[in-house]
Amino acid sequence: MRELKILVVVLFFTAVVYWGVEPFAHSQMHPHVAPADFSFKDLGHTVGKGDFIKGEELVQANCVACHSVKSVGIQSAMSESDASLAYGVVPPDLSNAGLLYDPAFLSAFLKNPAKAMLVEHKFDQTRTFPMPSYDWMSEDEISSILAFFHSIVKPVSDKALYEEACGRCHDMKYDKTMSHSDKAALTAYMGTLPPDLSIMIRAKSDEYLSTFINNPQKQLAGTSMPRVGLTEKAQNQVISYMEKVGDRKKAEREDLGYKLIAYMVLFTLLAFAWKVKIWREVH
Amino acid sequence: MAEIKKATGLMDWLDQRLAVNGFIKVMMSEYWIPKNINFLWAMGVVLMSLFMILIVSGIFLLMYYKPDIKLAFDSVNYTIMQEVEYGWLWRHMHGVAASVIFLVIYIHMFTGIYYGSYKKGREMIWLTGMALFGIFSAEAFSGYMLPWGQMSYWAAQVITNLFGGIPFIGEALVIWIRGDFLVADATLTRFFMLHVLLLPLVILLLIAVHFYALRFPHVNNQDSEEFDFDKEAKKYLEGRKKESKVVPFWPVFLSKDFFVVGIALTVFFYLVCFHYDFAMDPINFEPANNMKTPAHIYPEWYFLWSYEVLRGFFFDIGGIAAMDIGLAAFGFANVIFMLLPFLDRNTMHTAPAHKRPMFFVWFWLLLIDMIVLTVYGKLPPTGANAWVGFGATIVFLVLFVLLPIITKIEAKNEGAES
Amino acid sequence: MAVEESRRDFIGMAFGGFAAAGGIVALGAMKKTWDPLPSVQSAGFITVDLSPMKEGEVQTIQWRGKPIFILKKSADMAKNEKRDVIAGGSSYSVMIGLCTHLGCIPTWTPSTKQFKCACHGGEFDASGVNTFGPPPRPMDIPPFKIDGTKLVLGEEGPEYKKMVAKKA
Repeated sequence: MRELKILVVVLFFTAVVYWGVEPFAHSQMHPHVAPADFSFKDLGHTVGKGDFIKGEELVQANCVACHSVKSVGIQSAMSESDASLAYGVVPPDLSNAGLLYDPAFLSAFLKNPAKAMLVEHKFDQTRTFPMPSYDWMSEDEISSILAFFHSIVKPVSDKALYEEACGRCHDMKYDKTMSHSDKAALTAYMGTLPPDLSIMIRAKSDEYLSTFINNPQKQLAGTSMPRVGLTEKAQNQVISYMEKVGDRKKAEREDLGYKLIAYMVLFTLLAFAWKVKIWREVH
Repeated sequence: MAEIKKATGLMDWLDQRLAVNGFIKVMMSEYWIPKNINFLWAMGVVLMSLFMILIVSGIFLLMYYKPDIKLAFDSVNYTIMQEVEYGWLWRHMHGVAASVIFLVIYIHMFTGIYYGSYKKGREMIWLTGMALFGIFSAEAFSGYMLPWGQMSYWAAQVITNLFGGIPFIGEALVIWIRGDFLVADATLTRFFMLHVLLLPLVILLLIAVHFYALRFPHVNNQDSEEFDFDKEAKKYLEGRKKESKVVPFWPVFLSKDFFVVGIALTVFFYLVCFHYDFAMDPINFEPANNMKTPAHIYPEWYFLWSYEVLRGFFFDIGGIAAMDIGLAAFGFANVIFMLLPFLDRNTMHTAPAHKRPMFFVWFWLLLIDMIVLTVYGKLPPTGANAWVGFGATIVFLVLFVLLPIITKIEAKNEGAES
Repeated sequence: MAVEESRRDFIGMAFGGFAAAGGIVALGAMKKTWDPLPSVQSAGFITVDLSPMKEGEVQTIQWRGKPIFILKKSADMAKNEKRDVIAGGSSYSVMIGLCTHLGCIPTWTPSTKQFKCACHGGEFDASGVNTFGPPPRPMDIPPFKIDGTKLVLGEEGPEYKKMVAKKA
């Protein structure tokens, strides 16, 4: 019984140390933030029912100078590289805007992009956000644009969704998916080159990523990364793609983990039987 | 030359040439270990197993790792983790074993302190053991640099800067250690050499001496009882196995050790596959960036207590800069354990701590204080945290100042009793 | 007592055997760690489009670090049933461009329609068969597969297997 008592003492102190340097220390270093808010309540926007035919006209009139909508055959007036040099980052194709972005976010975004993206601190009188504010549009017109985007939505793969949502600024070197934006222009625009995301899934916890993507300022006040306004589903697709690239041996690791543990348990039982047999002679 | 006869079998053939039978007797079947021990005595073999795991996994990592600041990060995180078959397994095993081995070292070390296995003839065991601890620390630190992630870089930056506090030569020494004015490619390649060649060689040598040092004073037992090993061995060989106080290393002692190793490795593989963040800090999965320090930097958990001693003094005292006092305290903390056999002034009496009332209190205070230091060593050193760290540092220093005094009193009391 | 002994042996053997089995499986994993990486293996397969080649033209490409000669035979070159690769109705000579003597790279001489090795004067005809000098055998043919007018090097297609069978 003395051995059990010793074991309890050893386990107790080990557990205290573990608790202290892991869960406790991390709770102190990374204060808890509110969970992701996928309804974007802070923007206070609601979306009415719009007319998608009118929406298409509005998009043709207002958006296609910079944006393409390839799924319905609309090409942008500007080439990718010209746009990248002019704006710092390639403007997004809008084919899947209705799928990627939350409608409440998108309507607030059209009225004031910098505000919706929480990057107002980067812009002032001398430096303006590349996309103009459409605050002169009526609620009905905005709803119509959204209705148009919604009407052309098709499901996309995790990777394609990632490329549209994150891949215009970030590289994913380990999947050979590189940002189309000019690196120098992008660095000048963002203040720093956005990090490669290849193994970001290993560098940040799920919880961090889900609150960070939803609202970067919450975890990293003052960052120039914009709030992208992804819906919960789109964000999960992005994270799932990041996991596929950054932790591609996860399934193998877990599968092998069970086998290794099972082997060691059997090994231990056999060792125990042998030990009992041998010590019977000497005790 | 010995007379060589026609061999009766392979063992006999080998025996005539290498004296394998005698060797096996000396090393295994007639190497005597006390019977009165508990599972804490298996930690040596657990350490050996983990060290073997480190060597084997390290060999496979070495096949694909590239010691160049431009290539290191991707060679680890892409080639090894994603391309090489089982590369992730070797890396996880290597990282987790490096962390877990320190837990076992600490258990091993505190077992030695508790049962008084560091004195009265066992000083060399203790000294080589503490030397191993020191070299293992260097091995862990140099290995941590190799993936060239954010923690690798900033740990290297901070720890090499420590030497800058040494009077007169500090600044030049830092540059000498780094091989550059900053932590750079030259630093990486020399630490790579240390990690894969020089330090492992020293470790192997020290392990051999550590084992050899056990031979004469013999392994201690859980009552610190002293007895005649030859007499007890004779009883055992005569068949009075139950009566004898000793058992042979093989198979009796090892059969128990294998069982303990089995349990340890079961937990180990769970950690390797499902719970590795404690040993492979997520921050190190971001590539090194010499223009951006992570929000929180801290050493691996096993360095935290001495790191906290280092930063415990956060204010100047009597005109001496806080940094210098901290450095002196850090130096103290790193050599003081080495001196334990000489600080214990009750030199001629070995007993477990529960039979030494004052030492017993000292032991548990030390353990608790080191845990406090460890926990606060990771927390941001601000506000109340800084004061707790300062207090625990003072307690640590005072405990070692007190040790010679209380053991002296203990020796005196025992002298009076007898 | 004898029963006791054998039982002890049995448990000890079972434990030892189980540990050894684990060791063997671990060796298997280690062997796999030594295997060429997937990126290396995929680089071991190269596809060459033969359609743009002109008659009598020789092109040299690199495959697994070795030069590969591909010659589209013109009408005046002798056919060699055992060695010619037929793709899209034309005959080609495909060979590893290393002299079978000591491994130098022979050069194509259009005037005589020969491959000549500068090292020791070995000569091969347009089909890669040794005609003069020290080379002991014709130049080797790399494993290939015909895919329309494309040639995939590294993969053993039916035409390659047939060719190997003929030689034997």
